[in-house]
Amino acid sequence: MIPLFISALDSALRQPAGIAPFLISFVAPANGEMAPVATPFFFYLLSGLAVAGGLLVITRHNPVHCALALIVTLIAVAHLYLMLYAPFVAGVQIIVYAGGIMVLFLFVIMLVNIERASKDRRFNRIWPVGLAAACALMGLFVSAFVKSRALFPDRMIKLPEASNTQEIATALYGEAGRMGQYTFAFEIASLLLLVAILGAVIMTKKRI
Amino acid sequence: MLNEFMSYLGSNVTPGGANNQLWALIYVLIIFAGVSVAVMAMNWFERKALAHFQIRLGPMRVGPHGLLQPIADALKLMLKEDIIPQEADQFVFWIAPVIGLLAAFTVYTVIPFGPSQAVSDMNIGILFMLGVSSLGVLGIVVAGWASNSHYPLIGALRSSAQMVSYEIAMGLAVVSAILMTSFNASGTGTLSMIGIVRSQQQQGIWFIFKFFPLGLVAFVNFVVAMIAETNRAPFDMAEAESELTAGYHTEYSGLRWSLFMLSEYAAMIAVSSIAVTLWLGGWLRPFPNLLHAPGWDFVFSLFPGLTFLGLAAIAFIGVARMPAHFSFKIQRIGLAAFAAILGFIALLLLLIAVAGRSSSSDTSIAARFREGIDYVYWFVLKVALFMYLFIWLRATWPRYRFDQLMRIGWKVLLPITLGVLVLTAIVGVIVS
Repeated sequence: MIPLFISALDSALRQPAGIAPFLISFVAPANGEMAPVATPFFFYLLSGLAVAGGLLVITRHNPVHCALALIVTLIAVAHLYLMLYAPFVAGVQIIVYAGGIMVLFLFVIMLVNIERASKDRRFNRIWPVGLAAACALMGLFVSAFVKSRALFPDRMIKLPEASNTQEIATALYGEAGRMGQYTFAFEIASLLLLVAILGAVIMTKKRI
Repeated sequence: MLNEFMSYLGSNVTPGGANNQLWALIYVLIIFAGVSVAVMAMNWFERKALAHFQIRLGPMRVGPHGLLQPIADALKLMLKEDIIPQEADQFVFWIAPVIGLLAAFTVYTVIPFGPSQAVSDMNIGILFMLGVSSLGVLGIVVAGWASNSHYPLIGALRSSAQMVSYEIAMGLAVVSAILMTSFNASGTGTLSMIGIVRSQQQQGIWFIFKFFPLGLVAFVNFVVAMIAETNRAPFDMAEAESELTAGYHTEYSGLRWSLFMLSEYAAMIAVSSIAVTLWLGGWLRPFPNLLHAPGWDFVFSLFPGLTFLGLAAIAFIGVARMPAHFSFKIQRIGLAAFAAILGFIALLLLLIAVAGRSSSSDTSIAARFREGIDYVYWFVLKVALFMYLFIWLRATWPRYRFDQLMRIGWKVLLPITLGVLVLTAIVGVIVS
């Protein structure tokens, strides 16, 4: 079932074509050529999954169940990236978050005393603060989107799906003989991560 | 429906690339059935091979030479009582084997059995494979936790630590192979599984031999990491029966347990396919560029038929060596029938090879069919060699200790793969 779904999504990303009534693209084909095909059906399915997973994360009492729900959310978001013509980001999302970080999460959770954690009250007195913070964040996103409409394209950018990874590589490392636009930022970020790893090792290890 | 069915025939791209849902579904079903049968065959062959390694006979009772043993096992597992421990976390206990199975089978979407014999050719093919197969560890971790018992929990912790550690070495080895795809005229590599094999064809060399010994070292590292990744001996700490009874699936029984077995073997085939695609030229037959003539094409296209002929011959020898006692009569007839089926398949394949022997530019149905069989045959043959390697290692090596395992992963494999990656980049820049 899942492979079929993925292949359907994958091929839906390449061409519109009338696959089935519910797969009709919501953006009209531009100039008749390759049209964006983020279909409403998949979009609502994946968004619904992501939201449901997110709700489960904060409502379940058992931390392991929360982690599993978070994995569902992360995978649904990865598929949303796929619909946004960003297969590379989608793949990295699955490898790094769903496959790597969440396994470590579970690893730690399993060692924690779950009996006590599940008896704790879930929504204690700080929930109004959390709600306010969530609303503020939401407002920030909405205002950023409305204020700077020019930044966001009106329609989907027609990036060729087949060369997405190559485009990212060019942006990060640049063409041959020329530095990429984000090379410096990228290297700085990796250095930051290295420092964080070293810090964690030094803090946990008594004798080096 | 019929139109969708017919329009894909003779196509040069995958069903995913041709945007053909029907054929994608057909391919998915074929692969699912094929992998399930391969797992059953592997089950029988592993038991037989292990037995012969240890100078035993292995299964001999169910069917001639135990050939029906996997079917008997499957029946037994389906009929067994399905126990969920009272103290277990019911839902998670139920879903854990399903997670493992889904992860193991989803990766087959991008495995290229041939240039058009894959469900879909994704731009991020190898990334997708690594990502989804890394989800398989979730099934193991969650199974061990949900059982709410000591041995499974320890097994799950061991296995997750092991898989997370070896994923890094594995990923680095894969990156050095992907780097090799970029040493062409355009200077851009590819992550697509089909693209990786194509670039090996263009460069005229399997990546295992490229920049000798760099490709070979990366390949060997990958093989070690992949054995650890699939929890197979000598790295099967997660299910070390002498220490943890059965590790993470101690509390599982019946069908659920068999789902774990199925996903383990499916994952083994999947990682072997990665190794074959990245280093051993995927569907390419030996010397596709050097011996490129219709005559050589014909010679190599005889191999599938000859392989089945050889298997049929082995089966016939088995018939001849069967004891003459009357109680072996039914077994004898059964084995003879099996041999006859194998021989019939061999004849069919040879017939197709002969019928489609004209030049490769020919687009007749027989020629296309022969081509497809060739691609799938060479790919499956290489994967089968890996399957044998898995059994061979299991029979040969004693189990590692957990600290030794971690030491190999972090202090041996990781530095070597990192060094190979850097050296590959340097050599590539110098050469090109």
